[in-house]
Amino acid sequence: MQLSRDDLVRAYRTMRTIREFEDRVHDEFAAGKIPGFVHLYAGEEASAVGVCLNLTDKDYIASTHRGHGHCIAKGCDVGAMMKEIYGRADGLCGGKGGSMHIADLTRGMMGANGIVGGGPPLICGAALSAKTLKTGGVAVAFVGDGGSNQGTTLESYNLAKVWDLPAVFVVEDNGYAEATPSAWSVGGSQVKRAEGFGMPGIEVDGHDFFAVHDAARTAIERARKGGGPSLIHVKLARYYGHFEGDAMTYRGDGEVDTIKGGKDCLTLFRQKVTEAGLLEADQLDEVDAEVKALIDGAVGDAESAAAPGEADLVTDVYVRY
Amino acid sequence: MAKKSYRQAINDAIRQEMLADPRVVVMGEDNAGGIEAPGEDDAWGGVLGVTKGLMPEFGRERVLDTPISESAFIGAAAGAAATGLRPVAELMFVDFMGVCFDQIFNQAGKFRYMFGGKAVTPLVVRTMYGAGFRAASQHSQCLYPIFTHVPGLKVVLPSSPYEAKGLMIQAIRDDDPVIFLEHKVMYDDEEDVPDESYTIPFGEANLTREGDDVTVVAFGRMVGLANAAADALEKDGISCTVVDPRTTSPLDTDTILECVEETGRLVIVDEASPRCNMATDISALVAQEAFGALKAPVRMVSPPHTPVPFAPELEDAYIPSQAKIETAIRGVMAH
Repeated sequence: MQLSRDDLVRAYRTMRTIREFEDRVHDEFAAGKIPGFVHLYAGEEASAVGVCLNLTDKDYIASTHRGHGHCIAKGCDVGAMMKEIYGRADGLCGGKGGSMHIADLTRGMMGANGIVGGGPPLICGAALSAKTLKTGGVAVAFVGDGGSNQGTTLESYNLAKVWDLPAVFVVEDNGYAEATPSAWSVGGSQVKRAEGFGMPGIEVDGHDFFAVHDAARTAIERARKGGGPSLIHVKLARYYGHFEGDAMTYRGDGEVDTIKGGKDCLTLFRQKVTEAGLLEADQLDEVDAEVKALIDGAVGDAESAAAPGEADLVTDVYVRY
Repeated sequence: MAKKSYRQAINDAIRQEMLADPRVVVMGEDNAGGIEAPGEDDAWGGVLGVTKGLMPEFGRERVLDTPISESAFIGAAAGAAATGLRPVAELMFVDFMGVCFDQIFNQAGKFRYMFGGKAVTPLVVRTMYGAGFRAASQHSQCLYPIFTHVPGLKVVLPSSPYEAKGLMIQAIRDDDPVIFLEHKVMYDDEEDVPDESYTIPFGEANLTREGDDVTVVAFGRMVGLANAAADALEKDGISCTVVDPRTTSPLDTDTILECVEETGRLVIVDEASPRCNMATDISALVAQEAFGALKAPVRMVSPPHTPVPFAPELEDAYIPSQAKIETAIRGVMAH
């Protein structure tokens, strides 16, 4: 299936939105305006968008510590997300979730997850709901290379296979679980792990939106048609540290600059679509400007938004106070 | 109305809710008896047969066998609950909670709060607890205080077949995650249980008897022992109120405090190990809210702080007995 011009613009806009969002969160965190832990997705945009462009609101995703990109790709409100990260009362989760638990079930986003490997079992459940209730939906678990070593993830591969679930596991391998290289921490091959559980698995270049989108479309269509689960091993890179404030002493000199110079997913996308005459550079510049204004507005709104009141502390939990 | 066992009462409740609501599904190890079982009628219905008969009636799409893979299927039950089903998952023994606790306390228990009130998690985790089966340390624990400690979970301890049916129907209809603890020694206990559907609300204690001298708060299987102790002491002129809180979370603190205000004496019977259990929790509650009403120090009847032993003589000595409850009640009267 060829992507329409609208699809291409949407893909670019969403990737650019994630990049702009993350770069701004990086700056605002450094300026001391954002509380808590923040884990940024910049550099990995082609993965979230390549996968989620194949999904609708009836499909579910579960995310990782690094959840903002997945959230935006799944269609969550960017302004409400920014407010949530700032801990504001009208944030996406009322200021009770924050960056690591940002979620919007109405958009099929089951949450970033503060627990590494927490998402895959939940996605088996969402896929079971889709199958039992015959919604036609599929469920996608994003897992990092760190999370890929959790028992929950491997148990979920097995459960998805034995229950024949409409599930897709996307292992986003950015090369490091926190500070530990995946080359050291992952035994064997991600693709062969999938095959070991009787699922198809494929490795793709996560800097190439089109490669991710193709692989995801195949896997998601298979799941939607009752073909069961599969796995995509996406190899990519993150531009910032594991968490904000991480000095990245474990990465080689110039490693990130080299990736940004030669493999940046937005640059590659631009090159491809303009050289093929599918979109004009002016059009993309316009998107860049719109996105920048959107994020400026989101940051401004978040800064001036009200914090939750103390009475909000004990709402949304069933116990009577 | 017919006599039904605790096991039948729970089965009845799940079956009626499955008939009433197509979103209710059952999952667990051996629930359908293994996918390759020779005949559907042979399905185990879980290791102690609580869900027996459901697979032949509702089919494999609604009664799901699982691999021995608690992290995955308890997590899947949580995920399914958040996305439109109402799963009743069987965690065979509560002792196995260690391998899947993350999915209960970091995922299911937190969705509603963490997502700003915009998520429901209508999940029931059924599990077996309690000593008395000669099953030793890894199949006999009473871990309900651990669940009670976690905000966002509801924790249910049915004390009889009648209670079990009404509380299970309530649990399945509840929009929050519920940990439903079935005492394995009680499965064959029988009493009159209505055939029709009924619910028992959470957070409302049941006074199984009312008296003037001592309030006895007891949980789960201990309620029966507390009633027997109260019966025995009646002959000696000691009159007890026995409070079955039914749920440890939410806990009906109002009723407990009212009863203590009336009787002035309190004995708490809790089969869970004694550090940070329900007995210590209620003791602290009464110390803070009703200290002035007390005519005697509070007594707690719990096992020693040890793992559950295997030898029958040791296990019998471990479990709170009717005799130990009577001694505690006489103790607060003699003070």
